[in-house]
Amino acid sequence: MSDLNTQLVEKYRNNFLQEVKDNVEEGDWVKMCMQCGVCSGSCPMGPYWDHPPQEIFMMIRANKREEVLSSNSMWMCTSCYNCIARCPRELPITHIMHGLAHYAKRLGLAPKNQPTIKFSQLFWDNLMKKGRVNELKLGLSLYFMNGFAEGVKKAWKMKDIGLGMTLTRRLNPLEILGGHGVKDQTGFQNMIKKAQELEAARIESSVKK
Amino acid sequence: MSDVVATNQTILVVGGGISGMTAALEAAETGKQVILIEKRPFIGGRVTQLYKYFPKLCHPTCGMEINQRRAKANTNLTILTLAEVSDISGTEGDYTATIKMQPRYVNDNCTACGACNEAVETEFDNDFNYNMDKRKGAYLPYNNAYPQQFVLDSRIIGTDDADKAKAACKYDAIDLDMQEETLEIKAGAVIWATGWQPFDAAKIQPYGYDRIDNVITSVEFERMMDPFGPTGGKILRPSDGKEAKDIAFIQCAGSRDRNYLRHCSRICCMASLKQSTYVREKYADEGKASIYYIDIRAIDRFEDFYQKVQDDDNVTFIKSKVANIVEDKKTGNPVLNGVNTEGYHRYSNPHELVVLAVGMEPSVDKDIFPVEIVLNNNGFIEADNKNGGIFAAGCASDALDVNRAVQNATASALRAVQVVNRVARAED
Ligand SMILES: Cc1cc2nc3c(=O)[nH]c(=O)nc-3n(C[C@H](O)[C@H](O)[C@H](O)COP(=O)(O)OP(=O)(O)OC[C@H]3O[C@@H](n4cnc5c(N)ncnc54)[C@H](O)[C@@H]3O)c2cc1C
Repeated sequence: MSDLNTQLVEKYRNNFLQEVKDNVEEGDWVKMCMQCGVCSGSCPMGPYWDHPPQEIFMMIRANKREEVLSSNSMWMCTSCYNCIARCPRELPITHIMHGLAHYAKRLGLAPKNQPTIKFSQLFWDNLMKKGRVNELKLGLSLYFMNGFAEGVKKAWKMKDIGLGMTLTRRLNPLEILGGHGVKDQTGFQNMIKKAQELEAARIESSVKK
Repeated sequence: MSDVVATNQTILVVGGGISGMTAALEAAETGKQVILIEKRPFIGGRVTQLYKYFPKLCHPTCGMEINQRRAKANTNLTILTLAEVSDISGTEGDYTATIKMQPRYVNDNCTACGACNEAVETEFDNDFNYNMDKRKGAYLPYNNAYPQQFVLDSRIIGTDDADKAKAACKYDAIDLDMQEETLEIKAGAVIWATGWQPFDAAKIQPYGYDRIDNVITSVEFERMMDPFGPTGGKILRPSDGKEAKDIAFIQCAGSRDRNYLRHCSRICCMASLKQSTYVREKYADEGKASIYYIDIRAIDRFEDFYQKVQDDDNVTFIKSKVANIVEDKKTGNPVLNGVNTEGYHRYSNPHELVVLAVGMEPSVDKDIFPVEIVLNNNGFIEADNKNGGIFAAGCASDALDVNRAVQNATASALRAVQVVNRVARAED
C-alpha cells in the first residue's frame, strides 16, 4: 500500500464520502444518489461485477473504503451511458465510476490481474511513446497480455480481421517498425510531465489541507 | 348565453374541477356573484374519472352530487361550460376576461332522453375514458354529467348525423346554428383552478407505454374499475381482453425525475396503494399486486392506509426504480427488469398487467399561460403578491389530493372575497 494511501486514510478517517468528494473526479455528486437502483438495473455489465453503481455509492457513504477501492466494478464499466441517461437525478455515473477507478489505481488499491486494468496500462504506455496510438502494437500486446502461447493462438484466430483491416487500409503493417507520432515529441513529453506534476500537487495539497 | 352580467364585484373562477367548484360555491354562498367557466362540456374535472377516493374508499360521485345540488340551489353562481379564458387584462379589483365559448349545439330544452345518441352513427375516441373506447357524435360525457345535457361533437356538424340528431329530438333542443362566441367579462378577482393532466407516459422510453399493450397508466386503470366504463368494470388486458390478476404498479412514472417532471406528484403512492385494494376487491385471494417504488410517500395520516396495505400478504413491495420493461411475445406479459435495492437482487419479473403511476403536471402549458402570473419551475402557480387579485386553487397550484385541493380552494375563495369586499367598500 502506498504512502499516499496511508496519509489519506489518516486524513479522512471515517469520512470516505468526503474523501471521494475532495479527490475523485465528479465525486461531489455521490451524495445526490437517492438509491432508486435504476442505474444498477440498467447496467449491461451488472450481472458480472462485484457491486452495481448504486451499491458502490451506498458503500462510499457507509465508509467501506477498502471494499470500494479494491472493487472490480469501476473497471467493468464500458461507458455505454445507460445509467447517465436514466438517472432521475442526472448523476454523471459513468464519469464517477471512471474517477473512482483512477483514484484506486493511483493509491495502488485497484485489483491486481484485472484485465481492463492491464489493458488500460498497455494503452497508456503505447500512447506515451509517441503521442499517437500504435494500433498494430497495441493489438498485439493485448493478444500477448497473458503469455506467449495464448498470444499466438489469439493472433492466429484474429488474422482474417487483421488482413481485412490491412487491405482496407485501416491497419498499416509498417507500424511494427516504430509507427507514426506527433510532430513535437519533446513538447508532448513535457506537456504530459507538467500535467502529472499538477495532478500530484493537487493530491499533495489535498492531503495537507 | 351572452346575457351574463358581471361587474368588478364579480369573482371569476377558471376551471370547474373539484377545486374550482369548491371555490365558486364557497364564494357564492357568502353572497358574492360568481361566474365559473369550464372548458369541458361538464363540471367536476378529473375526479369524475376516478373510481374511488383514498383514504376512505368512497365513490367520488357522492361528493360530486352534493356539490351539484349546492350549485343548482345557488342563484349567485353562473356556470358556463365549453368556455375557455383566452386573456385577462386589468388589475386587482378591475379585470376584464376574454372568454371563448364553443357551441354545444344543444340548448336548455334538453331532457337527456338520449334519442339523438341513438339516431347518430359515427363514433369518435372517448376522451372521458382516455380513448380506451369510442362514443358517438351526440353524447352525454358520462352518466352523472352536470349539466345533464347532451353535446354534439363539432365534427358531425354539416354531416347526415347532425340532421339525424335534430330529427330525433322531440324537445327542439338541438340548434345546429350555434356559433363560437367571444365574451368579455368583468371581475374584481379571479380564481385560477385549471388543475392537472397526467404526464405523457410515452415519453418514458424504457417503460414502452407506446409499444407494449399491457402497460397502461394509473388514470386508465381507474376507468377500468368503473362499472359504466370502457371495460364494464373489469380489469382487462388490452392485448387479449383477458382478465389480469397479477398486476404491477410502477411508482414515480415521470415524477421525481429530472428527465421528466422534477417534482414529486405526491398523490401517486396513495393512488397505487388504493389501486392495490381494487385488485383485491375484484379477485379476493386470487388477486396479486406488486408495487415497485423508490420510497413510499403516504403523507401524514395516510400512513395508516399504507400499513393496512402492507399487512396484506397478496401485496408485495419491491424497493426499486424499474430499469426497463420488455414484452414477452408469447404471453403478452410485460417483463420488468431491475435491481431490488434491498439486498441488491437482480430481478426479471413477468406480470399480466403493468400500471404506471403517472405524475401530475399543470394542465396549462407554462410557456403559453394566458394570464400574467408567477409560476414555479414546474409550471404550478406561486402564491405571490405580484399576482394581484388572481389566486390559484387546487392542482393549478401544486400536485394535491382532493382533500388538500379543496382546502386550498376554500382559502383562495376567502382571498377573492376579501378583494371584492374592498372594491365594494370603495364604491359605497
Ligand atoms: C391515478 C390518480 C388517482 C387519484 N386518486 C385520488 C384519490 O383517490 N383521492 C384523492 O384525494 N385524490 C386522488 N387523486 C388526485 C385528484 O385527482 C386531484 O386532487 C383532483 O383532481 C384535483 O382537482 P382540481 O379541480 O384541482 O383539478 P382538475 O380535476 O384537473 O380540474 C380542473 C378543471 O379545469 C378545467 N380547465 C382546464 N383548463 C381550463 C381552461 N383553460 N379554461 C377553463 N377550464 C379549464 C378542466 O377541464 C377541469 O375540469 C388521484 C390522481 C390520480 C392521477
